Amino acid sequence: MSSPLVLPLAEAGAAAEVGGKGASLGELVRAGLPVPPGFVVTAGAFTAAMTAIDRGGALRASVEALAASDIESIARVSAALRAQIIGAPLPSPVADAITTGYATLAGPTGSAGSAGAAVAVRSSATMEDGSAASFAGLQDTYLGVSGADAVLESVRRCWASLYNTESVAYRRRLGMPEPGLAMAVVVQRMVRPRAAGVMFTRSPVSGDRSVVAIEGTWGLGSALVSGDVTPDAFIVSKITSEITARRVSAKIKIHQVPPNGPVASPPPSGAPPVTVADTPAGLRDVPCLTDHEIRALAAMACRVEARYGAAQDIEWALLDGADLPNERIVLLQSRPETVWAARDQGPAGTPKPRPADHVLAIFGKPL
Amino acid sequence: MAEQTEQAGFPLPSQIADVPGAENWRSMYRYFTRLAPDDDKRFWFYNSMHFPEPMPAFDTITAEIPYSAIGANTARLFVFPTTLGIEHRIVNGRVYITANPVLDPAEIERRAAEFGPRAAYYFEHWDSLYEGWKDRLRALITEIEAIEVPDLPEWEDASVVFAAKGIAQNHYLRENFHRVIALYSKMWHHHTEMLMLGYGAYVVFFQFCQQAFPEISDQTVARMVAGIDVIMYRPDDELRGLARLAVELGLGDLFTEGCVAADVLTALEGRGAAGEAWLAAFDEARDPWFHISSGDGFYHHHLSWNDDLTVPFTALPSYVAAIAAGTMPVRPTGKLRAERERIANGYRGLLPTDDEKAAFDQMLGLCRLVFPFVEDHKFYCEHWFTTRFFQKVKAFGALLARFGVIAEADDVFHLHHTEIDQALSDLSLAWAAGSPPLGGTHFPPLIAERKAMLTVLKDWSPPPALGPVPEALNDPAVRMLWGVTAERIESWLNPDPDEVVGVAASAGVVEGIARVLRDVSEISALREGEILVVPVTAPSWAPVFAKIKAAVSDIGGAMSHAAIVAREYGMPAVVGCGDATKRIRTGDRVRVDGDRGTVRVL
Repeated sequence: MSSPLVLPLAEAGAAAEVGGKGASLGELVRAGLPVPPGFVVTAGAFTAAMTAIDRGGALRASVEALAASDIESIARVSAALRAQIIGAPLPSPVADAITTGYATLAGPTGSAGSAGAAVAVRSSATMEDGSAASFAGLQDTYLGVSGADAVLESVRRCWASLYNTESVAYRRRLGMPEPGLAMAVVVQRMVRPRAAGVMFTRSPVSGDRSVVAIEGTWGLGSALVSGDVTPDAFIVSKITSEITARRVSAKIKIHQVPPNGPVASPPPSGAPPVTVADTPAGLRDVPCLTDHEIRALAAMACRVEARYGAAQDIEWALLDGADLPNERIVLLQSRPETVWAARDQGPAGTPKPRPADHVLAIFGKPL
Repeated sequence: MAEQTEQAGFPLPSQIADVPGAENWRSMYRYFTRLAPDDDKRFWFYNSMHFPEPMPAFDTITAEIPYSAIGANTARLFVFPTTLGIEHRIVNGRVYITANPVLDPAEIERRAAEFGPRAAYYFEHWDSLYEGWKDRLRALITEIEAIEVPDLPEWEDASVVFAAKGIAQNHYLRENFHRVIALYSKMWHHHTEMLMLGYGAYVVFFQFCQQAFPEISDQTVARMVAGIDVIMYRPDDELRGLARLAVELGLGDLFTEGCVAADVLTALEGRGAAGEAWLAAFDEARDPWFHISSGDGFYHHHLSWNDDLTVPFTALPSYVAAIAAGTMPVRPTGKLRAERERIANGYRGLLPTDDEKAAFDQMLGLCRLVFPFVEDHKFYCEHWFTTRFFQKVKAFGALLARFGVIAEADDVFHLHHTEIDQALSDLSLAWAAGSPPLGGTHFPPLIAERKAMLTVLKDWSPPPALGPVPEALNDPAVRMLWGVTAERIESWLNPDPDEVVGVAASAGVVEGIARVLRDVSEISALREGEILVVPVTAPSWAPVFAKIKAAVSDIGGAMSHAAIVAREYGMPAVVGCGDATKRIRTGDRVRVDGDRGTVRVL
């Protein structure tokens, strides 16, 4: 196995090696789009680690032998495997690669003694068989992780999440093979967004290709994804940049990473160290984006769509600091839009022998 | 929707009470404008776009004849398959209209067979037909200007005898008046000759765009269509040219805010060669470009710039000041043209198939083919011809006043044209008999009562619509021109007290102080940087757009003139608000949101 254990995002290409999320972020970086700096712990690193953790693959073979209906055994065996992945010693080339990757990312100030720069550690599944989406909610993400040891632990927890009871049960139901299964992990510089959310390069409501639909809320986008808030929603024309619809909601809750809080290690439960608070009264009913920012996001969405050549579903965050909105935007994820792409719509019209025939046709039937 | 109507619908026509103090309003109008019992079953909406004020008796001709012409065009001439004509009724002095749809599929099919070849002929020969049309309109204008109003001297000139003409002037009283009315009718037949087909082309393209891009706004579709070089801009361009000339000739000092046209013109005569040069250019511009109406040609008091120089001389000082300061906004025609192409190409590029792109090209091409006529016909018809028409009727009024039938020339507009016909018969008999006309005791009290009733009726707030809301709005004109859609009706029914909702006609958001003008005669009250709130913006208001921050109107769609001009100036506009002039007051601080189509009183 000569494949690299870690890869900078800019070199993350093959989904089999860096997972879907890693590949998508790599594509964005190569397109010159703003993505928080980071690296991918590759599927190769996972495989190398598992070779040490589960010598001969006996544990994984025992997982594959489980009956889909035997939830009790699945829970017991997968818990044992997870404990092993989190607890067993890592081969030093793997640990060194991750530590070095983190040190490079954290920069010279991230000295070993201090907590170091905060990063986000996110699972990046390598399965591209259509079931990946079903796993999305089951794979772990750790936000605000600081220090090399905590990063290592978080990476291992991401690996372990491949053996969540639910994930294993799902694979058993489908009779999927366990050997060859791998999990890449994306480690990125943590962002503390002022606002964040998702955007679609087609209207999720009507399928209109000429608009970008943006949803956003204060703080981390997790508040929106988890359904903790009704987000603000905006529709922007791709052609005229006009904001054709806007809905400003009462954004009751705000998700945040504790500011500058050194987080020694992820909480044992696996829950990310995200605080959920009441949104300050003065912000609740205020739009989380200015018109300028809305247009900058829409323009960014169009660039992403152009890069992929298909409608996209994009996670974005807006940072404080820079003067220009387009310098404050970062993209956290981009996936192909699947709902409208799957719907076959008839053509809006077809050419007729003479242009006037269109008028004749329309007045020939009740309006 | 029908259920909703029963809960919170519009009043039925029969439920409208007479306005106290104007109970006798029906006497002003002909029997065929009155509500009939069955009218309660139909949906009527107040045409405040064309008729924002209570109708003087004569001015009802601007409903009577246009609706005769429009219906004849759609129902009888081109045989539109799904629509007959428009009916109108007068309620408390206001004009309500309804469109008659064709709903029976067999009937639609029968009509379609006739409609196809007739409509296709016009579309196929559009440009050459339009050239011929302009010639016919110019001929009508020449003809109406040439009509003589007999002056009824004590005795005829001897030449009438020596040339053996044999016909005395009183004969021509009614013949010539009838010709004035007949020419007005012909003008309106030509007005609608190509217009309804033009709207048809718009409807087709708008529907295609909404199918392909469900969230596209009417405003954006309109921007792909709108022409840049239309003659409705010409009067404003002429005015800018005159302002520039005044600065170049060193005459700028004469054009100060609040200046009076007559005084400026007199002062120019004392400024030597420079003054002479400017006056020559002024005279050159006046014919025909100052034949633009200060309104939109539906009331006798909508005078042309030539009839009343107030509008041009209100605009000239701010143009002169802007040119002197080097801040004159130049119409960015090149940019507008490029922008129009960019938007059209942008949407075209998003269409997934070549077939759809080809259909898009055909429909957009058709819209652009008809656009110059749809926009420019107004100058020939509502402006040039119509202001000449009203002045000719006024000349008959001056004659009647001279013989004491009415008190003053303008009083003639308080008589229906059939009543004027009677007055002229009276005058003809009296002149022949050598007796005073009997109208002198008949008409003045009647006119006084009508004037008093119109004053009372002016304060009435007409409901935006009457009767049950229909399932579908079929008429191309109703949607394109009036902006009456199901959504609009809904907002008329459920108003938010702080927010006026209309059609987003031109993008952008601004805040400012509102200036509500119900009538163009109030135009000089407008101050720099205000937000103009009007029943409807007529094209001749274009010069004041240089002064204002945003425009709001009661009635109008994405292709209405206010929308087009506002987009040109890049200022926010919300049109088709229903009752903005009632709910917003001069001095209110308002936020105009041209993206969403709302106006909020702050």
